[in-house]
Amino acid sequence: MPDALPAPSHEAEAAPTLPKAPTGIDGFDAITQGGLPAGRPSLICGAAGCGKTLFATTFLVNGATRFGEPGVFVSFEERAEDLVANVASLGYDLDRLVAEGRLAIDHVRVEKSEIEETGEYDLEGLFIRLGYAVDSIGAKRVVLDTIETLFSGFTDPALLRAELRRLFGWIKDRGLTAIITGERGEGQLTRQGLEEYVSDCVVLLDNRVSDQITTRRLRVVKYRGSAHGTNEYPFLIDHAGISVLPVTSADLDYAVSDGVISSGIAGLDAMLGPGGFHRGSSILVSGESGTGKTMLSSSFADAACRRGERCMAFVFEESGAQIIRNARSIGLDLQAHVEAGLLRFEAARPSLFGLEMHLARMHRDLEAFQPDVVVVDPISALRGPTSELQATLLRMIDLLKARGITAVFTSLRTEGALDPGDDLGVSSLMDAWIKLLNVEANGERSRTLYVIKARGMSHSHQIREFGMSGAGIRLVDAYIGPAGVLTGTARLAQEAQERAAALRRRQDSERRAREATRRRQAIERQIAELSAGLEAIADEERMLHDEDSLREAVLDEERRQMLARRASAQGSAQGSAPAVPVTGSGITPGVAQGAAQRAAE
Amino acid sequence: MSAPGPVALRLFIAGPGARSQRTVESVRRICEAHLPGRHELEIVDIYQQPALAERDGVLAAPILLRVAPLPVRRIAGDLQDEGRVLRALDLAPAEEA
Repeated sequence: MPDALPAPSHEAEAAPTLPKAPTGIDGFDAITQGGLPAGRPSLICGAAGCGKTLFATTFLVNGATRFGEPGVFVSFEERAEDLVANVASLGYDLDRLVAEGRLAIDHVRVEKSEIEETGEYDLEGLFIRLGYAVDSIGAKRVVLDTIETLFSGFTDPALLRAELRRLFGWIKDRGLTAIITGERGEGQLTRQGLEEYVSDCVVLLDNRVSDQITTRRLRVVKYRGSAHGTNEYPFLIDHAGISVLPVTSADLDYAVSDGVISSGIAGLDAMLGPGGFHRGSSILVSGESGTGKTMLSSSFADAACRRGERCMAFVFEESGAQIIRNARSIGLDLQAHVEAGLLRFEAARPSLFGLEMHLARMHRDLEAFQPDVVVVDPISALRGPTSELQATLLRMIDLLKARGITAVFTSLRTEGALDPGDDLGVSSLMDAWIKLLNVEANGERSRTLYVIKARGMSHSHQIREFGMSGAGIRLVDAYIGPAGVLTGTARLAQEAQERAAALRRRQDSERRAREATRRRQAIERQIAELSAGLEAIADEERMLHDEDSLREAVLDEERRQMLARRASAQGSAQGSAPAVPVTGSGITPGVAQGAAQRAAE
Repeated sequence: MSAPGPVALRLFIAGPGARSQRTVESVRRICEAHLPGRHELEIVDIYQQPALAERDGVLAAPILLRVAPLPVRRIAGDLQDEGRVLRALDLAPAEEA
């Protein structure tokens, strides 16, 4: 089916399309790519109370006020006064439009068995009246509500069917864009099978109750000659009229913004590579109750408003006033933003509407307020069947992304585990996920947060502790050591312990250094002593050596003198005698002395 | 039991077609026969006077309205069945009396 849809739409865009009359109903014109078929009758059917008359009235009022097409309302059920009163709650002033000649209301009273019948007749009177009303204001639009009432007033169904066929033919001939309403019947779209006659466009309205919650849905059953959305679309009726939620963003083709916006918490911004979140991204803030989700999202909203952007908060568990009061405790003045028209709270109990109604309401509010930043607090408050819930959230995210809105969703994590399957399975749809965790240890609780993911940016993987005070939310470094992550007083104690240990280590090493110095000095001293000893020995050696040489010299001298003396005593042996001592210089002095003595004898 | 007062009738027809002619003749005949001298018949062509048709809430045509005496009675069709017309207009006893 996803493949089947776009193809005809391209053809329809390429070829000259069927002329269409816009209804001015938000979303419906998008589904039908322009509105109802112009100049033809369309059938709006549904059970009692599903909004047929309001849909038709809106079609006429918008035609008269916005598209310059006057309209005629032919009411077969309600009197004109009742009709005027009923739609006044939507802000429609039918009396004024009638007075201005832009709207004509004709109440055609049909009461059962009031009319006797004999012989053949037709409904020419109705045609004349319709034609008269149309001509009187130059109407381009007609509503017949509910034409099946005729079947209770006249007894000949064959004649009525022939007349209805003629009536619809007449509407086409006149080029009137008409809405025919019909009650839902058994086994067919309307009780009298009007769909057989009105074959151009059939829209089915539905009002289903499941789990005591009502959801209005709309489906275009057929639209001859035009592509149209085929799904059931939720729609909303309230003081702002009818709005239909078109699910057109089935494709992932959003324009992506590169801008970075601050979360309003400096420490958190610093944990992210670019210094903030990408504009237009979806951010999930999950954590158990009391972890500070709402305050975190309030900071985000406050930061947006401070930048002059518009912020819208859809809150499901608290009133806007309560959040404003609570945010004041962390120094945020949200009231000022509300007064400046930059911040709007839309508070509703989750059980007030069905999921799709919430979505439709959100869609309408987004269109009206055009915010830059949206806070949904919390998405986990929305209750419903899991599959439906997930589809709703997917569409919610699509809705926001398609508009380039930065969205902060908070979620009450139900399980303590880091299970990606929890958090409603939406975490994979989110661009960034911040987890808030209360760490309980040593009889106290500390707030921590960490960034699980942040698409398209580097980010810190640290668990950070944060504190909330009158100055806002401030992040502090959490202690991560061998004993795990420590926060609060435990962190302080651990840090003190660390400091003490460091001091001890420092003192220890200083002591060892001193000891080493001492030992080195001792050894140096020993070295000095030893070298002194060495020197002394060297001195002694030198001295001994000197004494030896001196003694030798003295002996030598003495011998020479002795020889000299001996030579002078002998006289004649002067020439041969000295030769003996000279050659015998190695002879010990004793021997030499003996020899000399012998020679002297 | 018949009302002695005048009976006011208003007949709405759609154009001068054969059915309209037939209906007008039939109504005139019934009135002449059963309400001689005490009836008032107004014939309205809804093409000519659509505002009157709207005022009286006329859808089917032709249709005969007994405007007086009250309550208003309506009878649609070409009114060929005299008996049914009289019964519907609550005039049958007057004819018998």
